[in-house]
Amino acid sequence: MDRVPVLKIGDILLVSIQVDMDDNTALALQDTLTERIVETSAHGVIIDITALDIVDSFIGRMLSTIASVSRVLDAETVVVGMRPAVAITLVELGLSLTGVRTALNVERAMELLELSRPARASSLSVVGDGLDVFDDDSPVA
Amino acid sequence: MYPAAAPQQVNLVPIVRDDDVVRVRQAVRTAALAAKLSLVDQTKLVTAASELARNTLIYGGGGRAEIEQADNGRKRGVRVVFADEGPGIADLELAMTDGYTSGNGMGLGLSGARRLVDEFDIDTAAGRGTRITVTKWAR
Repeated sequence: MDRVPVLKIGDILLVSIQVDMDDNTALALQDTLTERIVETSAHGVIIDITALDIVDSFIGRMLSTIASVSRVLDAETVVVGMRPAVAITLVELGLSLTGVRTALNVERAMELLELSRPARASSLSVVGDGLDVFDDDSPVA
Repeated sequence: MYPAAAPQQVNLVPIVRDDDVVRVRQAVRTAALAAKLSLVDQTKLVTAASELARNTLIYGGGGRAEIEQADNGRKRGVRVVFADEGPGIADLELAMTDGYTSGNGMGLGLSGARRLVDEFDIDTAAGRGTRITVTKWAR
């Protein structure tokens, strides 16, 4: 099974999928990415699928799941580099990629994530370092 | 017209493990290129093959894909058969419905794959396995 590397650039995680993933590789990536978001307190995830010549329902579901999970962990996911033929096929297949933001390339995705940062910064200063949320076992009053 | 097709050869790819689905995708792409399908049609056929190969693995308990060049005298294309000796599909109409799933998928496998190909034929019955034949023609 291949592994897909996850790179950290500032508070953004960058994943460039370069292999034809089998389903287990896709699931492993989903898990790794979730762990890394928490570890690094990343505020953005960019998934580059330029090298993928197809996105089937399994990969599509993985992208949707990563977007949903990262949102719960206060990180925004942007998928970049979808090929036109892949986009046409996805729509015909009936996959809507619910909740997944897209951008044409990594640069545009960075800009998108930059725009959504100020709001996050102010909410973060209220809750301290943010990770307290996960350590706090005491019930909410 | 295109040159006479080479003797028909069936490329048989077993579907037993997870990464066999990747191998089916690659073999179908090679065949689609040889048949001179457009990029969009290649992508549609390979995506359909990926969905159907996964079904063969998960619901059929494994099986095989048979990939061959097709020729109807006017057009070239690619034909792929997905065959398993699994439990078969009892209610075909229900299985072909968008969003229906008996597993934990998205329920787009069969119905979605059918939309992506030009011809779709399914032969199945409870306890008799499943055989799905799809064809995509070059335009």
